[in-house]
Amino acid sequence: MNPRRKKRLLGVVAIVFGIGAAIGLVLYALQENINLFYTPSELIEGKGPNKEKPHIGQKLRIGGMVVPGSVIRDETSLQVSFTLIDTGPLVTIKYQGILPDLFREGQGIVAQGVLIEPNVIEAFEVLAKHDEEYMPAEVAEAVKGIKHEKPKYNLESGN
Amino acid sequence: MWKWLHPYAKADRAYQLCNTLLPYFAVITVVFMIIGWIWGLAYAPADYQQKDSYRIIFIHVPSAILSMGAYSSMAIAAVIALVWQLRNAELAVIAIAPVGACVTAIALITGAAWGKPMWGAWWVWDARLTSELILLFLYLGVLSLYHAFEDKKAAGRAASILAIVGVINLPIIHFSVEWWNTLHQGATITKFDTKAIDSSMFWPLMVNIVAFAGFVGMVTLMRLKNEILQREKHRPWVRQLLNRG
Repeated sequence: MNPRRKKRLLGVVAIVFGIGAAIGLVLYALQENINLFYTPSELIEGKGPNKEKPHIGQKLRIGGMVVPGSVIRDETSLQVSFTLIDTGPLVTIKYQGILPDLFREGQGIVAQGVLIEPNVIEAFEVLAKHDEEYMPAEVAEAVKGIKHEKPKYNLESGN
Repeated sequence: MWKWLHPYAKADRAYQLCNTLLPYFAVITVVFMIIGWIWGLAYAPADYQQKDSYRIIFIHVPSAILSMGAYSSMAIAAVIALVWQLRNAELAVIAIAPVGACVTAIALITGAAWGKPMWGAWWVWDARLTSELILLFLYLGVLSLYHAFEDKKAAGRAASILAIVGVINLPIIHFSVEWWNTLHQGATITKFDTKAIDSSMFWPLMVNIVAFAGFVGMVTLMRLKNEILQREKHRPWVRQLLNRG
């Protein structure tokens, strides 16, 4: 390769590595802030090296799995409450509104709301988080033992 | 070793090469797109959770993959344009940019259309969605930077540098779902260890990815032909071509 091209190639490589390093450092510094949501254990035990906990009244997002059997619906309104779990601690979500189609027990969700007690969130938005698995109903039944039907919820009055 | 490539640095040979390649890309696109869409949209089984809504995967995933694939090819062309200073490579950068911007827009729009019924929101500022949006802006930036200069040589150089700088975004898009908590699900196809997608859905998806790749290649070649003709419009070989046609 002739020296002029070599110099230009080095220039290009230097640009890529320089900017790559800069962006890498920025992302590293912002690491905790790019996460879309808290997990229940982060909410209870604190997040990051300083174990920072969100304060009561703070607006935040929380993501976790809906604990099977924890969904309680109010019979006369759209009020619903359920518990979220990731690896241990439980967080209760209260929500008034229509839940997305994919919301079901055992499903991952992300809720946005206000922390009203250390482990209770009053949500104004609930989003379902889908996993990366795709399969036809028959396969799901065979592999996971999931029956393809609308899930049943526990109604407060035991209806 | 690279001797056989040298003639293609000339505009007329590159133009001829585009003409030779174009029919192959067109055939691949038409055949695979017809098979892929009918197979995917009509015959592939419905998903156990998302039912028929998941079928948007057959458009969303190919366009998202190609948005990154097109960007990598644009960046490679940009490196060649800067280091070897081939004008054809500069033209290739500018030929790919709007095509890439279109597939990125398709990926974003289909994703939003799927997100509303499945997640419950059109748009969420999570890392995957945001970085893909930045990719769209990078494409548009390359395009507008090129057109902002009167001197096309300077324009090509500026656009190429921006294209190379933007490469940093590609690994961020790909790994965003692993590095951070996102609403967007993790990778399906590249998850080799466990079978994340049933083969009855995997194969039509593959066919669609090939179809989209063929389509992006085809449109890029057509655009490249135009760019070459426009840049060389005062050369004798273009005059000849025009007189013949």
